[in-house]
Amino acid sequence: MGARDLAEGAVDISAVRAEFPAFVRLVNGKPLVYLDSASTTQKPRAVIDAMRRAFEATANIHRGVHALSVEATDAFEAVRGKVARKIGAQDPSEIVFVRGTTEAINLVAQSYGRARVGPGDRVLVTELEHHSNLVPWQMLCRERGARLEVLPIDDRGEVRLERLDALLAPAPAIVALSHVSNSLGTVLPIATIVQRAKAAGAAVLVDGAQAAPHVPVDVSAIGCDFYALSSHKLYGPPGVGVLWGRRALLEQMPPWQGGGDMVASVRLEGSTYREVPHKFEAGTPNIVGVIGFGAALDWLEARGPERIFAHERELLDYATRALESVPGLRFIGTARDKVAVVSFAVGELHPHDLGTALDLEGIAVRAGHHCAQPVMDHFGVPATVRASFGAYSDRSDIDALASALKSAVALLSGGRP
Amino acid sequence: MTRDAKALYRELIVDHAQRPRNARALPEPTHEAKAENPLCGDSVIIQLLVNSDRVASATFQARGCMICRASASVLTELVVDRTRTEALAMADLLGLLVDPSAPEPSDAGVLEPLRGVRDFPARKACATLPWEALRRALARPG
Repeated sequence: MGARDLAEGAVDISAVRAEFPAFVRLVNGKPLVYLDSASTTQKPRAVIDAMRRAFEATANIHRGVHALSVEATDAFEAVRGKVARKIGAQDPSEIVFVRGTTEAINLVAQSYGRARVGPGDRVLVTELEHHSNLVPWQMLCRERGARLEVLPIDDRGEVRLERLDALLAPAPAIVALSHVSNSLGTVLPIATIVQRAKAAGAAVLVDGAQAAPHVPVDVSAIGCDFYALSSHKLYGPPGVGVLWGRRALLEQMPPWQGGGDMVASVRLEGSTYREVPHKFEAGTPNIVGVIGFGAALDWLEARGPERIFAHERELLDYATRALESVPGLRFIGTARDKVAVVSFAVGELHPHDLGTALDLEGIAVRAGHHCAQPVMDHFGVPATVRASFGAYSDRSDIDALASALKSAVALLSGGRP
Repeated sequence: MTRDAKALYRELIVDHAQRPRNARALPEPTHEAKAENPLCGDSVIIQLLVNSDRVASATFQARGCMICRASASVLTELVVDRTRTEALAMADLLGLLVDPSAPEPSDAGVLEPLRGVRDFPARKACATLPWEALRRALARPG
Protein backbone atom coordinates (compact mmCIF):
# COMPACT_ATOMS: atom_id res chain seq x y z
CA MET A 1 0.00 0.00 0.00
CA GLY A 2 1.13 3.55 -0.55
CA ALA A 3 2.05 5.94 2.19
CA ARG A 4 -0.81 7.07 4.35
CA ASP A 5 -0.75 10.41 6.00
CA LEU A 6 -2.01 9.97 9.53
CA ALA A 7 -1.38 13.50 10.65
CA GLU A 8 -4.18 14.93 12.70
CA GLY A 9 -7.15 15.90 10.59
CA ALA A 10 -6.05 13.83 7.62
CA VAL A 11 -7.99 10.94 6.18
CA ASP A 12 -7.15 7.45 7.47
CA ILE A 13 -7.55 5.73 4.13
CA SER A 14 -7.42 2.17 5.35
CA ALA A 15 -10.30 2.91 7.74
CA VAL A 16 -12.27 4.51 4.92
CA ARG A 17 -11.67 1.64 2.52
CA ALA A 18 -12.69 -0.89 5.16
CA GLU A 19 -16.17 0.63 5.05
CA PHE A 20 -16.60 -0.20 1.37
CA PRO A 21 -17.48 -3.84 0.60
CA ALA A 22 -16.40 -3.36 -3.02
CA PHE A 23 -12.72 -3.46 -2.12
CA VAL A 24 -12.68 -7.09 -1.12
CA ARG A 25 -13.41 -7.93 -4.74
CA LEU A 26 -10.88 -9.36 -7.10
CA VAL A 27 -11.09 -8.37 -10.75
CA ASN A 28 -9.30 -10.69 -13.17
CA GLY A 29 -7.58 -12.18 -10.15
CA LYS A 30 -6.26 -8.82 -9.02
CA PRO A 31 -7.44 -6.51 -6.21
CA LEU A 32 -9.91 -3.94 -7.47
CA VAL A 33 -8.34 -0.60 -8.19
CA TYR A 34 -11.37 1.58 -8.75
CA LEU A 35 -10.56 4.77 -10.60
CA ASP A 36 -13.96 5.51 -12.08
CA SER A 37 -15.65 7.42 -9.26
CA ALA A 38 -16.61 10.23 -11.65
CA SER A 39 -18.83 7.72 -13.37
CA THR A 40 -20.29 6.38 -10.14
CA THR A 41 -19.03 5.92 -6.62
CA GLN A 42 -18.74 2.77 -4.55
CA LYS A 43 -21.10 2.71 -1.57
CA PRO A 44 -20.18 2.47 2.12
CA ARG A 45 -21.78 -0.22 4.23
CA ALA A 46 -23.74 2.45 6.11
CA VAL A 47 -25.64 3.27 2.93
CA ILE A 48 -26.22 -0.38 2.04
CA ASP A 49 -27.42 -1.14 5.59
CA ALA A 50 -29.76 1.86 5.66
CA MET A 51 -31.36 0.74 2.43
CA ARG A 52 -31.63 -2.86 3.57
CA ARG A 53 -33.34 -1.75 6.79
CA ALA A 54 -35.71 0.45 4.78
CA PHE A 55 -36.59 -2.54 2.59
CA GLU A 56 -37.12 -4.84 5.55
CA ALA A 57 -40.21 -2.94 6.65
CA THR A 58 -41.42 -0.64 3.98
CA ALA A 59 -44.34 1.69 3.48
CA ASN A 60 -45.39 4.41 1.14
CA ILE A 61 -44.89 8.02 2.13
CA HIS A 62 -47.28 10.93 2.63
CA ARG A 63 -50.36 8.80 2.48
CA GLY A 64 -50.86 6.69 5.53
CA VAL A 65 -51.77 7.16 9.14
CA HIS A 66 -50.09 3.94 10.23
CA ALA A 67 -46.74 3.78 11.97
CA LEU A 68 -44.64 2.45 9.09
CA SER A 69 -45.94 5.12 6.77
CA VAL A 70 -45.18 7.85 9.29
CA GLU A 71 -41.68 6.42 9.77
CA ALA A 72 -41.05 6.30 6.04
CA THR A 73 -42.36 9.82 5.54
CA ASP A 74 -40.23 11.20 8.35
CA ALA A 75 -37.12 9.41 7.06
CA PHE A 76 -37.77 10.64 3.53
CA GLU A 77 -38.47 14.25 4.51
CA ALA A 78 -35.45 14.32 6.81
CA VAL A 79 -33.25 13.78 3.78
CA ARG A 80 -34.74 16.82 2.13
CA GLY A 81 -33.46 18.88 5.04
CA LYS A 82 -30.02 17.22 4.90
CA VAL A 83 -29.66 18.02 1.22
CA ALA A 84 -30.70 21.62 1.79
CA ARG A 85 -28.07 22.03 4.48
CA LYS A 86 -25.43 20.36 2.35
CA ILE A 87 -25.85 22.83 -0.49
CA GLY A 88 -26.51 25.99 1.50
CA ALA A 89 -30.19 26.24 0.69
CA GLN A 90 -32.30 28.03 3.27
CA ASP A 91 -35.55 26.21 2.69
CA PRO A 92 -36.00 22.44 2.34
CA SER A 93 -39.10 23.06 0.24
CA GLU A 94 -36.74 24.19 -2.51
CA ILE A 95 -35.39 20.63 -2.77
CA VAL A 96 -37.14 18.50 -5.40
CA PHE A 97 -36.27 14.80 -5.51
CA VAL A 98 -35.84 13.47 -9.02
CA ARG A 99 -34.11 10.48 -10.60
CA GLY A 100 -30.78 12.21 -11.14
CA THR A 101 -29.09 15.31 -12.52
CA THR A 102 -30.29 14.47 -16.02
CA GLU A 103 -33.89 14.42 -14.92
CA ALA A 104 -33.45 17.63 -12.92
CA ILE A 105 -32.18 19.47 -15.97
CA ASN A 106 -34.93 18.08 -18.19
CA LEU A 107 -37.48 19.19 -15.60
CA VAL A 108 -36.20 22.77 -15.76
CA ALA A 109 -35.87 22.76 -19.54
CA GLN A 110 -39.44 21.57 -19.91
CA SER A 111 -41.28 23.23 -17.07
CA TYR A 112 -39.35 26.49 -16.81
CA GLY A 113 -37.81 26.58 -20.28
CA ARG A 114 -41.00 26.15 -22.26
CA ALA A 115 -42.60 29.09 -20.50
CA ARG A 116 -39.49 31.27 -20.58
CA VAL A 117 -38.01 30.63 -24.01
CA GLY A 118 -39.64 31.70 -27.26
CA PRO A 119 -38.76 32.30 -30.92
CA GLY A 120 -35.61 34.35 -31.26
CA ASP A 121 -34.51 33.78 -27.67
CA ARG A 122 -31.11 32.35 -26.83
CA VAL A 123 -29.87 29.71 -24.41
CA LEU A 124 -26.19 29.76 -23.46
CA VAL A 125 -24.23 26.67 -22.43
CA THR A 126 -20.48 25.98 -22.33
CA GLU A 127 -18.38 23.73 -24.52
CA LEU A 128 -17.65 21.62 -21.44
CA GLU A 129 -21.13 20.37 -20.83
CA HIS A 130 -22.04 16.77 -20.21
CA HIS A 131 -24.65 15.69 -22.72
CA SER A 132 -27.26 15.90 -19.99
CA ASN A 133 -26.73 19.65 -19.77
CA LEU A 134 -26.61 20.10 -23.51
CA VAL A 135 -29.20 17.88 -25.17
CA PRO A 136 -32.21 19.11 -23.14
CA TRP A 137 -31.37 22.67 -24.22
CA GLN A 138 -30.91 21.62 -27.84
CA MET A 139 -34.33 20.01 -27.68
CA LEU A 140 -35.86 23.09 -26.05
CA CYS A 141 -34.34 25.46 -28.61
CA ARG A 142 -35.53 23.36 -31.51
CA GLU A 143 -39.01 23.13 -30.01
CA ARG A 144 -39.25 26.85 -29.21
CA GLY A 145 -37.45 28.32 -32.21
CA ALA A 146 -34.59 29.58 -30.05
CA ARG A 147 -30.86 29.55 -30.65
CA LEU A 148 -28.28 27.65 -28.59
CA GLU A 149 -24.99 29.43 -28.07
CA VAL A 150 -21.79 28.13 -26.57
CA LEU A 151 -19.14 29.68 -24.33
CA PRO A 152 -15.98 28.04 -25.66
CA ILE A 153 -13.02 26.59 -23.79
CA ASP A 154 -9.31 27.01 -24.40
CA ASP A 155 -6.74 24.29 -24.82
CA ARG A 156 -6.27 24.02 -21.08
CA GLY A 157 -9.94 23.16 -20.71
CA GLU A 158 -10.83 26.45 -19.06
CA VAL A 159 -13.80 28.49 -20.26
CA ARG A 160 -12.90 31.58 -22.20
CA LEU A 161 -14.26 34.14 -19.81
CA GLU A 162 -13.30 36.99 -22.11
CA ARG A 163 -16.05 35.83 -24.49
CA LEU A 164 -18.74 35.88 -21.82
CA ASP A 165 -19.85 39.50 -21.87
CA ALA A 166 -20.43 39.45 -25.61
CA LEU A 167 -22.54 36.31 -25.23
CA LEU A 168 -24.58 38.00 -22.49
CA ALA A 169 -25.52 41.01 -24.61
CA PRO A 170 -28.39 40.76 -25.15
CA ALA A 171 -29.09 38.43 -22.25
CA PRO A 172 -29.92 34.83 -23.03
CA ALA A 173 -33.14 33.61 -21.50
CA ILE A 174 -31.26 30.80 -19.76
CA VAL A 175 -27.62 30.13 -19.00
CA ALA A 176 -26.86 26.50 -18.19
CA LEU A 177 -23.38 25.51 -17.10
CA SER A 178 -21.44 22.91 -15.18
CA HIS A 179 -19.85 23.65 -11.86
CA VAL A 180 -17.17 21.03 -12.55
CA SER A 181 -16.38 19.29 -15.85
CA ASN A 182 -16.75 15.52 -15.64
CA SER A 183 -14.49 14.89 -18.61
CA LEU A 184 -11.60 17.22 -17.74
CA GLY A 185 -12.04 17.96 -14.04
CA THR A 186 -12.05 21.73 -14.62
CA VAL A 187 -13.65 23.76 -11.86
CA LEU A 188 -15.51 26.58 -13.57
CA PRO A 189 -15.53 30.12 -12.14
CA ILE A 190 -19.24 29.86 -11.60
CA ALA A 191 -19.67 32.61 -9.03
CA THR A 192 -18.27 35.05 -11.61
CA ILE A 193 -20.24 33.66 -14.52
CA VAL A 194 -23.48 33.43 -12.55
CA GLN A 195 -23.13 36.95 -11.20
CA ARG A 196 -22.65 38.37 -14.70
CA ALA A 197 -25.43 36.26 -16.17
CA LYS A 198 -27.86 37.31 -13.46
CA ALA A 199 -26.87 40.94 -13.84
CA ALA A 200 -27.64 40.67 -17.55
CA GLY A 201 -31.08 39.25 -16.75
CA ALA A 202 -30.66 35.57 -17.54
CA ALA A 203 -31.98 32.67 -15.49
CA VAL A 204 -29.14 30.35 -14.50
CA LEU A 205 -29.00 26.59 -13.99
CA VAL A 206 -25.87 24.93 -12.65
CA ASP A 207 -25.11 21.23 -13.24
CA GLY A 208 -23.45 20.20 -10.01
CA ALA A 209 -23.25 16.44 -10.56
CA GLN A 210 -19.47 16.37 -10.59
CA ALA A 211 -19.00 19.28 -8.18
CA ALA A 212 -20.91 18.08 -5.12
CA PRO A 213 -18.49 15.19 -4.40
CA HIS A 214 -15.38 17.33 -4.71
CA VAL A 215 -15.95 20.98 -3.77
CA PRO A 216 -18.15 22.88 -1.32
CA VAL A 217 -21.51 23.87 -2.75
CA ASP A 218 -23.40 26.92 -1.51
CA VAL A 219 -26.25 27.86 -3.79
CA SER A 220 -26.84 31.12 -1.91
CA ALA A 221 -23.23 32.18 -2.52
CA ILE A 222 -23.26 30.98 -6.12
CA GLY A 223 -26.41 32.97 -6.80
CA CYS A 224 -27.90 30.63 -9.38
CA ASP A 225 -31.60 29.90 -9.87
CA PHE A 226 -31.34 26.12 -10.18
CA TYR A 227 -28.74 23.57 -9.08
CA ALA A 228 -28.80 19.87 -9.96
CA LEU A 229 -26.91 16.95 -8.44
CA SER A 230 -26.96 13.14 -8.25
CA SER A 231 -26.90 10.77 -5.29
CA HIS A 232 -24.84 8.11 -7.03
CA LYS A 233 -21.88 10.44 -7.52
CA LEU A 234 -21.99 11.15 -3.76
CA TYR A 235 -21.66 7.60 -2.38
CA GLY A 236 -25.43 7.13 -2.48
CA PRO A 237 -27.56 4.88 -4.66
CA PRO A 238 -28.43 5.60 -8.27
CA GLY A 239 -31.99 6.58 -9.16
CA VAL A 240 -32.02 9.60 -6.85
CA GLY A 241 -31.09 13.16 -7.65
CA VAL A 242 -31.93 16.65 -6.56
CA LEU A 243 -33.13 19.79 -8.23
CA TRP A 244 -32.72 22.83 -6.04
CA GLY A 245 -34.67 25.83 -7.32
CA ARG A 246 -35.50 29.26 -5.96
CA ARG A 247 -38.87 28.98 -4.33
CA ALA A 248 -40.38 31.87 -6.25
CA LEU A 249 -39.43 30.25 -9.55
CA LEU A 250 -40.61 26.79 -8.58
CA GLU A 251 -43.93 28.28 -7.52
CA GLN A 252 -44.42 29.97 -10.89
CA MET A 253 -43.41 26.94 -12.92
CA PRO A 254 -46.12 24.66 -14.27
CA PRO A 255 -46.07 21.10 -12.97
CA TRP A 256 -43.94 18.68 -14.90
CA GLN A 257 -45.36 15.22 -14.41
CA GLY A 258 -48.97 14.83 -13.32
CA GLY A 259 -50.33 12.18 -11.04
CA GLY A 260 -50.74 11.19 -7.44
CA ASP A 261 -48.94 13.05 -4.67
CA MET A 262 -48.55 16.28 -6.63
CA VAL A 263 -52.25 17.14 -6.51
CA ALA A 264 -54.24 18.83 -3.77
CA SER A 265 -57.75 17.98 -4.93
CA VAL A 266 -58.82 16.02 -7.96
CA ARG A 267 -62.19 16.08 -9.67
CA LEU A 268 -63.03 14.66 -13.04
CA GLU A 269 -63.26 18.19 -14.38
CA GLY A 270 -59.85 19.23 -13.16
CA SER A 271 -57.33 19.25 -10.36
CA THR A 272 -55.42 21.66 -8.18
CA TYR A 273 -51.78 21.20 -7.44
CA ARG A 274 -49.87 20.92 -4.21
CA GLU A 275 -47.30 23.35 -3.03
CA VAL A 276 -43.63 23.24 -3.90
CA PRO A 277 -41.76 20.85 -3.87
CA HIS A 278 -44.54 18.27 -3.92
CA LYS A 279 -45.93 19.81 -7.09
CA PHE A 280 -42.92 18.32 -8.87
CA GLU A 281 -42.92 14.91 -7.19
CA ALA A 282 -45.65 12.90 -8.87
CA GLY A 283 -46.07 9.26 -7.98
CA THR A 284 -44.23 7.11 -5.50
CA PRO A 285 -40.62 8.21 -5.36
CA ASN A 286 -37.52 6.08 -4.91
CA ILE A 287 -38.13 6.02 -1.15
CA VAL A 288 -35.42 3.52 -0.29
CA GLY A 289 -33.04 5.34 -2.61
CA VAL A 290 -33.67 8.67 -0.91
CA ILE A 291 -33.10 7.06 2.48
CA GLY A 292 -29.86 5.59 1.15
CA PHE A 293 -28.88 9.03 -0.11
CA GLY A 294 -29.51 10.43 3.34
CA ALA A 295 -27.23 7.77 4.81
CA ALA A 296 -24.56 8.78 2.27
CA LEU A 297 -24.85 12.42 3.31
CA ASP A 298 -24.53 11.37 6.96
CA TRP A 299 -21.47 9.30 6.09
CA LEU A 300 -19.86 12.26 4.32
CA GLU A 301 -20.56 14.62 7.21
CA ALA A 302 -19.06 12.16 9.67
CA ARG A 303 -15.93 11.72 7.56
CA GLY A 304 -15.62 15.47 7.03
CA PRO A 305 -16.08 16.81 3.51
CA GLU A 306 -13.20 19.26 3.80
CA ARG A 307 -10.82 16.46 4.78
CA ILE A 308 -11.97 14.40 1.81
CA PHE A 309 -11.54 17.36 -0.54
CA ALA A 310 -8.03 17.97 0.79
CA HIS A 311 -7.19 14.28 0.44
CA GLU A 312 -8.36 14.30 -3.18
CA ARG A 313 -6.34 17.42 -3.98
CA GLU A 314 -3.26 15.69 -2.64
CA LEU A 315 -4.03 12.63 -4.77
CA LEU A 316 -4.43 14.80 -7.86
CA ASP A 317 -0.95 16.23 -7.35
CA TYR A 318 0.48 12.77 -6.75
CA ALA A 319 -1.26 11.35 -9.82
CA THR A 320 -0.11 14.18 -12.05
CA ARG A 321 3.50 13.58 -11.03
CA ALA A 322 3.22 9.79 -11.30
CA LEU A 323 1.62 9.84 -14.75
CA GLU A 324 4.21 12.24 -16.13
CA SER A 325 6.61 9.30 -16.03
CA VAL A 326 4.53 7.23 -18.46
CA PRO A 327 6.18 7.48 -21.90
CA GLY A 328 4.05 9.33 -24.42
CA LEU A 329 1.37 10.34 -21.94
CA ARG A 330 -0.25 13.71 -22.44
CA PHE A 331 -2.85 15.21 -20.13
CA ILE A 332 -6.06 16.44 -21.65
CA GLY A 333 -7.47 19.18 -19.48
CA THR A 334 -4.84 21.10 -17.57
CA ALA A 335 -6.96 23.78 -15.94
CA ARG A 336 -5.35 25.57 -13.04
CA ASP A 337 -8.32 24.73 -10.84
CA LYS A 338 -9.27 21.05 -11.11
CA VAL A 339 -10.84 18.31 -9.08
CA ALA A 340 -9.42 14.80 -8.82
CA VAL A 341 -10.14 13.77 -12.39
CA VAL A 342 -7.33 13.09 -14.84
CA SER A 343 -8.00 12.63 -18.54
CA PHE A 344 -5.15 11.61 -20.74
CA ALA A 345 -3.99 10.02 -23.96
CA VAL A 346 -0.88 7.90 -24.47
CA GLY A 347 0.86 8.26 -27.82
CA GLU A 348 -1.36 7.02 -30.61
CA LEU A 349 -2.86 4.25 -28.51
CA HIS A 350 -6.61 4.09 -28.48
CA PRO A 351 -8.19 4.63 -25.08
CA HIS A 352 -10.20 1.43 -25.37
CA ASP A 353 -7.05 -0.62 -25.88
CA LEU A 354 -5.52 1.02 -22.80
CA GLY A 355 -8.72 0.55 -20.84
CA THR A 356 -8.80 -3.15 -21.66
CA ALA A 357 -5.14 -3.59 -20.75
CA LEU A 358 -5.75 -1.86 -17.41
CA ASP A 359 -8.88 -3.92 -16.79
CA LEU A 360 -6.75 -7.06 -17.01
CA GLU A 361 -4.79 -5.69 -14.05
CA GLY A 362 -7.97 -5.09 -12.03
CA ILE A 363 -7.87 -1.35 -12.74
CA ALA A 364 -11.16 0.34 -13.58
CA VAL A 365 -10.86 3.55 -15.55
CA ARG A 366 -13.22 5.06 -18.07
CA ALA A 367 -12.22 5.02 -21.72
CA GLY A 368 -14.57 6.90 -23.96
CA HIS A 369 -16.07 10.28 -24.62
CA HIS A 370 -17.50 10.64 -21.09
CA CYS A 371 -20.80 11.94 -22.46
CA ALA A 372 -18.94 15.05 -23.55
CA GLN A 373 -18.38 14.61 -27.26
CA PRO A 374 -17.93 18.37 -27.84
CA VAL A 375 -15.00 18.30 -25.41
CA MET A 376 -13.46 15.40 -27.31
CA ASP A 377 -13.99 17.28 -30.57
CA HIS A 378 -12.26 20.33 -29.13
CA PHE A 379 -9.14 18.29 -28.39
CA GLY A 380 -9.37 16.35 -31.65
CA VAL A 381 -9.69 12.93 -30.01
CA PRO A 382 -12.49 10.38 -30.16
CA ALA A 383 -12.02 9.51 -26.52
CA THR A 384 -9.69 9.78 -23.56
CA VAL A 385 -8.73 7.56 -20.67
CA ARG A 386 -10.09 9.09 -17.48
CA ALA A 387 -8.95 8.15 -14.00
CA SER A 388 -11.05 9.70 -11.26
CA PHE A 389 -10.66 9.53 -7.51
CA GLY A 390 -12.96 9.40 -4.53
CA ALA A 391 -12.88 9.39 -0.77
CA TYR A 392 -11.53 5.82 -0.76
CA SER A 393 -8.79 6.35 -3.36
CA ASP A 394 -5.19 6.28 -2.26
CA ARG A 395 -1.65 6.49 -3.55
CA SER A 396 -1.40 2.74 -4.08
CA ASP A 397 -4.19 3.05 -6.65
CA ILE A 398 -2.16 5.63 -8.51
CA ASP A 399 1.02 3.58 -8.26
CA ALA A 400 -0.85 0.60 -9.73
CA LEU A 401 -2.22 2.76 -12.54
CA ALA A 402 1.18 4.20 -13.48
CA SER A 403 2.83 0.81 -13.42
CA ALA A 404 0.09 -0.87 -15.46
CA LEU A 405 0.12 1.96 -17.98
CA LYS A 406 3.84 1.55 -18.55
CA SER A 407 3.38 -2.19 -19.10
CA ALA A 408 0.44 -1.58 -21.40
CA VAL A 409 2.40 0.90 -23.49
CA ALA A 410 5.19 -1.63 -23.91
CA LEU A 411 2.77 -4.42 -24.76
CA LEU A 412 0.53 -2.50 -27.15
CA SER A 413 3.46 -0.97 -28.96
CA GLY A 414 4.69 -4.47 -29.73
CA GLY A 415 8.11 -3.55 -28.55
CA ARG A 416 8.40 -0.72 -31.03
CA PRO A 417 9.35 2.80 -29.94
CA MET B 1 -8.99 -19.09 -22.38
CA THR B 2 -7.26 -16.90 -19.87
CA ARG B 3 -7.82 -13.20 -19.85
CA ASP B 4 -4.20 -12.43 -20.39
CA ALA B 5 -3.34 -9.23 -22.17
CA LYS B 6 -0.54 -10.99 -23.98
CA ALA B 7 -2.89 -13.69 -25.28
CA LEU B 8 -5.30 -11.09 -26.62
CA TYR B 9 -2.92 -8.57 -28.06
CA ARG B 10 -0.60 -11.22 -29.11
CA GLU B 11 1.81 -11.08 -31.91
CA LEU B 12 -0.70 -11.32 -34.73
CA ILE B 13 -3.12 -8.62 -33.60
CA VAL B 14 -0.36 -6.17 -32.74
CA ASP B 15 1.26 -7.19 -36.02
CA HIS B 16 -1.88 -6.47 -38.05
CA ALA B 17 -2.43 -3.19 -36.28
CA GLN B 18 1.16 -2.06 -36.81
CA ARG B 19 1.74 -3.59 -40.23
CA PRO B 20 -1.71 -3.59 -41.71
CA ARG B 21 -2.40 -5.40 -44.92
CA ASN B 22 -4.32 -3.62 -47.70
CA ALA B 23 -4.66 -0.32 -45.83
CA ARG B 24 -5.39 1.92 -48.79
CA ALA B 25 -8.13 3.19 -51.05
CA LEU B 26 -9.16 1.21 -54.12
CA PRO B 27 -9.24 3.34 -57.28
CA GLU B 28 -12.45 1.84 -58.69
CA PRO B 29 -14.19 -0.39 -56.21
CA THR B 30 -17.29 -2.26 -57.24
CA HIS B 31 -18.54 -2.37 -53.65
CA GLU B 32 -17.84 -0.14 -50.68
CA ALA B 33 -19.35 0.86 -47.40
CA LYS B 34 -18.50 2.65 -44.21
CA ALA B 35 -19.33 1.63 -40.67
CA GLU B 36 -18.85 3.77 -37.59
CA ASN B 37 -19.20 3.33 -33.90
CA PRO B 38 -19.97 6.82 -32.61
CA LEU B 39 -19.60 5.63 -29.01
CA CYS B 40 -15.87 5.09 -29.37
CA GLY B 41 -14.87 6.87 -32.55
CA ASP B 42 -14.03 3.74 -34.54
CA SER B 43 -14.64 4.24 -38.23
CA VAL B 44 -13.86 1.84 -41.10
CA ILE B 45 -14.37 1.83 -44.86
CA ILE B 46 -14.25 -1.49 -46.69
CA GLN B 47 -13.76 -1.41 -50.45
CA LEU B 48 -13.98 -4.43 -52.77
CA LEU B 49 -13.31 -5.18 -56.39
CA VAL B 50 -15.62 -8.05 -57.31
CA ASN B 51 -15.32 -9.84 -60.65
CA SER B 52 -17.73 -12.61 -61.60
CA ASP B 53 -18.91 -12.94 -58.02
CA ARG B 54 -15.36 -13.36 -56.66
CA VAL B 55 -13.52 -10.78 -54.61
CA ALA B 56 -10.44 -9.83 -56.59
CA SER B 57 -9.24 -7.13 -54.16
CA ALA B 58 -10.23 -5.88 -50.75
CA THR B 59 -8.91 -2.85 -48.92
CA PHE B 60 -9.70 -0.91 -45.79
CA GLN B 61 -9.26 2.51 -44.25
CA ALA B 62 -9.80 2.61 -40.53
CA ARG B 63 -9.52 4.96 -37.63
CA GLY B 64 -9.78 3.69 -34.11
CA CYS B 65 -8.63 1.03 -31.74
CA MET B 66 -6.22 -1.80 -32.47
CA ILE B 67 -8.88 -4.49 -32.47
CA CYS B 68 -10.92 -2.67 -35.09
CA ARG B 69 -7.90 -2.04 -37.31
CA ALA B 70 -6.51 -5.56 -36.89
CA SER B 71 -9.91 -7.07 -37.63
CA ALA B 72 -10.18 -4.97 -40.80
CA SER B 73 -6.70 -5.99 -41.90
CA VAL B 74 -7.46 -9.68 -41.30
CA LEU B 75 -10.74 -9.27 -43.17
CA THR B 76 -9.10 -7.96 -46.33
CA GLU B 77 -6.79 -10.98 -46.46
CA LEU B 78 -9.58 -13.45 -45.84
CA VAL B 79 -12.19 -12.35 -48.36
CA VAL B 80 -9.88 -12.33 -51.39
CA ASP B 81 -10.83 -15.09 -53.89
CA ARG B 82 -14.05 -15.77 -52.02
CA THR B 83 -17.51 -15.51 -53.46
CA ARG B 84 -19.88 -13.01 -51.94
CA THR B 85 -21.72 -15.84 -50.21
CA GLU B 86 -18.48 -17.18 -48.72
CA ALA B 87 -17.46 -13.73 -47.54
CA LEU B 88 -20.80 -13.21 -45.83
CA ALA B 89 -20.50 -16.65 -44.19
CA MET B 90 -17.17 -15.53 -42.75
CA ALA B 91 -18.87 -12.48 -41.29
CA ASP B 92 -21.43 -14.79 -39.66
CA LEU B 93 -18.65 -16.98 -38.25
CA LEU B 94 -16.93 -13.95 -36.81
CA GLY B 95 -20.22 -12.94 -35.19
CA LEU B 96 -20.46 -16.36 -33.47
CA LEU B 97 -16.83 -16.23 -32.48
CA VAL B 98 -17.05 -12.96 -30.61
CA ASP B 99 -20.51 -13.48 -29.10
CA PRO B 100 -20.08 -14.90 -25.59
CA SER B 101 -23.69 -16.09 -25.51
CA ALA B 102 -23.24 -18.19 -28.67
CA PRO B 103 -21.53 -21.61 -28.56
CA GLU B 104 -17.85 -21.15 -29.29
CA PRO B 105 -16.88 -22.47 -32.71
CA SER B 106 -14.18 -25.11 -32.24
CA ASP B 107 -12.34 -24.23 -35.41
CA ALA B 108 -12.22 -20.63 -36.53
CA GLY B 109 -9.66 -21.21 -39.25
CA VAL B 110 -8.01 -17.98 -40.24
CA LEU B 111 -10.24 -16.06 -37.81
CA GLU B 112 -8.24 -17.60 -34.93
CA PRO B 113 -6.33 -14.36 -34.20
CA LEU B 114 -9.62 -12.77 -33.19
CA ARG B 115 -10.72 -15.59 -30.86
CA GLY B 116 -9.33 -13.74 -27.85
CA VAL B 117 -11.88 -10.98 -28.24
CA ARG B 118 -14.51 -13.51 -27.16
CA ASP B 119 -13.40 -12.98 -23.62
CA PHE B 120 -13.92 -9.25 -23.92
CA PRO B 121 -17.56 -8.69 -24.70
CA ALA B 122 -17.03 -4.99 -24.10
CA ARG B 123 -14.81 -4.93 -27.22
CA LYS B 124 -17.09 -6.99 -29.46
CA ALA B 125 -18.25 -3.94 -31.41
CA CYS B 126 -14.65 -3.07 -32.28
CA ALA B 127 -13.97 -6.50 -33.82
CA THR B 128 -17.21 -6.73 -35.73
CA LEU B 129 -17.27 -3.19 -37.12
CA PRO B 130 -15.23 -3.93 -40.29
CA TRP B 131 -17.40 -6.99 -40.95
CA GLU B 132 -20.49 -4.82 -40.62
CA ALA B 133 -19.00 -2.59 -43.30
CA LEU B 134 -18.39 -5.71 -45.42
CA ARG B 135 -22.04 -6.75 -45.08
CA ARG B 136 -23.22 -3.31 -46.12
CA ALA B 137 -20.81 -3.25 -49.05
CA LEU B 138 -22.01 -6.63 -50.31
CA ALA B 139 -25.65 -5.73 -49.81
CA ARG B 140 -25.49 -3.14 -52.55
CA PRO B 141 -26.11 -4.23 -56.09
CA GLY B 142 -22.91 -4.18 -58.10
